[in-house]
Amino acid sequence: MTTNDNFDVIIIGGGITGAGTQRDCAMRGLRTLLIERSDIATGASGRNHGLLHSGARYAVNDPESAEECIRENRILRQIAAHCVEETEGLFITLPEDDLGYQKTFVEACQRAGIDAEIIDPELARRMEPSVNPELIGAVKVPDGSVDPFRLCAANMLDAKLHGGQVRLHTEVTGFIREGDTILGVHTRNLQTGQEEDFRAPVTVNAAGIWGQHIAELAGVGIGMFPSKGALLVFAHRVNQMVINRCRKPANADILVPGDTVCIIGTTSTRIPFEACDEVAVTPDEVNLLISEGSKLSPSLSSTRILRAYAGVRPLVSADNDPSGRNISRGIVCLDHETRDGLKGFITITGGKLMTYRLMAETATDAVCRKLAVTRSCETATTPLPGSEERSYEAVARKIWEAPSMAQKAAAARLGTHAERIRDAGREDAALVCECEEVSVGEVKNAIERMEVSTLTDLRRRTRIGMGTCQGEFCACRAAGLLAASHGCIERERADLRDFLQERWKGNFPIGWGDTLREAEYTQWIYKHVLGL
Amino acid sequence: MRFDTVIIGGGLAGLTAGLSLQKAGRSCAIVSTGQNALHFFSGTFESIEEVPERMAGLFSEAGVRLHYQNGVRLMPLGSFRPAALALDDVDIFPQPAFSRKALIVSIAGYQDFFPAFLAEGLEKQGTQCRIHLLQLPEMAQLMQSPSEMRSVQIARTMDRVWEKIVREIRLLLKDEDTVILPQVFGLQDTTVPGRIRESIPARVVFSGTLPPSVPGIRTQQQLKRRYEVLGGNYLSGDEVIQAHVHEGIVHSVVTRNLDSHYLEADHFILASGAYFSKGLRSNPTRIFEPVFDLDVEAAEDRNAWYDADFAAGQPYMQFGVRTDSALRALRQGEAFKNLYAIGSVLGATRPEFGSGAGLAIRSAFAATDQILQSSQK
Repeated sequence: MTTNDNFDVIIIGGGITGAGTQRDCAMRGLRTLLIERSDIATGASGRNHGLLHSGARYAVNDPESAEECIRENRILRQIAAHCVEETEGLFITLPEDDLGYQKTFVEACQRAGIDAEIIDPELARRMEPSVNPELIGAVKVPDGSVDPFRLCAANMLDAKLHGGQVRLHTEVTGFIREGDTILGVHTRNLQTGQEEDFRAPVTVNAAGIWGQHIAELAGVGIGMFPSKGALLVFAHRVNQMVINRCRKPANADILVPGDTVCIIGTTSTRIPFEACDEVAVTPDEVNLLISEGSKLSPSLSSTRILRAYAGVRPLVSADNDPSGRNISRGIVCLDHETRDGLKGFITITGGKLMTYRLMAETATDAVCRKLAVTRSCETATTPLPGSEERSYEAVARKIWEAPSMAQKAAAARLGTHAERIRDAGREDAALVCECEEVSVGEVKNAIERMEVSTLTDLRRRTRIGMGTCQGEFCACRAAGLLAASHGCIERERADLRDFLQERWKGNFPIGWGDTLREAEYTQWIYKHVLGL
Repeated sequence: MRFDTVIIGGGLAGLTAGLSLQKAGRSCAIVSTGQNALHFFSGTFESIEEVPERMAGLFSEAGVRLHYQNGVRLMPLGSFRPAALALDDVDIFPQPAFSRKALIVSIAGYQDFFPAFLAEGLEKQGTQCRIHLLQLPEMAQLMQSPSEMRSVQIARTMDRVWEKIVREIRLLLKDEDTVILPQVFGLQDTTVPGRIRESIPARVVFSGTLPPSVPGIRTQQQLKRRYEVLGGNYLSGDEVIQAHVHEGIVHSVVTRNLDSHYLEADHFILASGAYFSKGLRSNPTRIFEPVFDLDVEAAEDRNAWYDADFAAGQPYMQFGVRTDSALRALRQGEAFKNLYAIGSVLGATRPEFGSGAGLAIRSAFAATDQILQSSQK
């Protein structure tokens, strides 16, 4: 067992909150370490719509969240340009909805500072041809879409560029504690089994829904209320604008376009804490998502579904309400010294993807107070690595004289950092993944710089295996490249099996039509042709 | 247009049926969408424990040379699988430790062949391995386009430059007893794999790649050419979209391209494959056969179609159309008098015929025997 005490702060959790907090701490000059049990964005951070909320959804019922959302929305367009698509959004009223709600909704948006404009349904049909043509009302809002994997990877990369260290696939097994003070963590690498201790004067618990377990390890209690949300990914980008229902928030009433696909969701089901690690999408949820989604955009009923997945919202009950009736969707930052008398330990939870930067700022302020660091937060104005330019097409043209489709796709994913693969030779320009146009060079870049140790990690960094074939061909090509980087073939064979299993998990709940066709083909290739 | 038999599907099952019927003097039309399981054929014939003489005859007349030996074959990711019957250029070894020292040769920039996986698998068997990547200027043009370095494109170039590769390998070869190459030779010129073997002073093993399978496509072309030489009609890139049926007899079918010209026949064979080839289709509520709406043996509850474990046998792959003892297809429990189902559209409903290639070939012979007996023209 080795011990490492070169840190000012340890952050537990590699979701967007943890990655954002590490970036903020690192930018304020702190020596940071991020520890994540699995990979980046494996919890709720990567299992949502990827909606860049305007805040309009919360305007009527939760004005505080709405105001936070619109502020962060404007910030992310500036600092995370390569992760954001400025699609704009619609809130539509269908014949079965109460058109009277529209007025309440628009007034609430205006109070929150959200630019919501009632437009003629005919104009809405022209702006978004896929929208349900029977709509009787439409409001335009500044919604957009955001790629949570890219956002998380960019935050982590920037933290590293500011000297931060990252340990993925590493579990916190306990805390180093002296009296009423947390001094660090015991960890175990889940891939190698190696145990290691890390020491720092402050530890931040940013483990999302699993934060309850981390708090228990530290000997303090947090009441989390896990809420499962199921979503479906469609194989085509049916809509260009985000489409929402203009009514009280309900199931399956948001359709978000992103990259080459679109995503419908979500449901909301309370689940027991023990069920958080293995959430599966049920046939009833699939049916509900298709039928409700088709009301937003009728063509969804005949569009191929690529994948079903579910996430768990890290909702927190107020401290004075153990029943969970007053569950907050707002940001919760607990200083366990004032709350529980436990020094050196902070929990940051609640909130949402949209407000991750504000959560990170809140947590980092708390860390800095403990360390008597006075430097102020700069994350609201400093672009993430890759986001120094707003338009990916301009980026691509700056790097390549006449960029190919694949080069434009790389610029969209990497932003200005696509420059790193500019001088790729012919071999590195070859495509690994033809669905998403990911090149050998881009895969190598991810392996070198973005803490990739498995194919599933690689998928989150590059979109490999996220396209129509769901990894059928690219998985073993990428396995060849990964094997070349770590040198262990047996490990890579197992990794390939895990990757296929992980893809299948999201395919079989929607296994009919072309999805079943593709699944049969994948079975043939891997079992009979390749002999995996 | 009238034929003795119309065959729906131009894969291994459909071509075997077409060849044996044409050989017996019956006129056939094969309607093929163009995609079938031969495009990802591994080169060994699954579930055939002995070579049926009829098969050997039909295939050798088509120029498809087979060899038979009980043993194992080397899989593309370095494992070994039992095999018995294979294409001539696909090796079967008595045991996995077939070589003392091997030289694995691939082509720089080719991602669909896995030398490191092969080497690791072979080293477990005690075979010392060396990997060499050939830098070929002839590939420069293919590499201009980032998605061109795939098996079939490479194979087209290889038919031209294989002699140069042989010369390079001869220079590279030290004391290795085996040279392993990807299966990208002999797509058009079927003599190339044999000539490569003759020109290299070591055992030459051609190992599998990601699909499309070069030996599979070559085999399909050879069988199709022979079928056409025998006078068979092969409608490629077409699809049967409708059938005219009356009192348990199929009278004609309509294809997408022929439009109003019906294909009439005394007999019909459904060799349309499983899901990939669209012989079986599915929607959220059922699995169905799209041309005749035949009875399909399948679980009603969608949850029972799958095993959540990818590696496990998948129930949906067992489903298939129902047939009577003579392989006549059933609809609402009644057998059509002149419609036979063969190959993987049967799923695992007729285990006595085997699975995969074995099922395709045995059921094709069984159906053609019925046809030849039923109407002695």
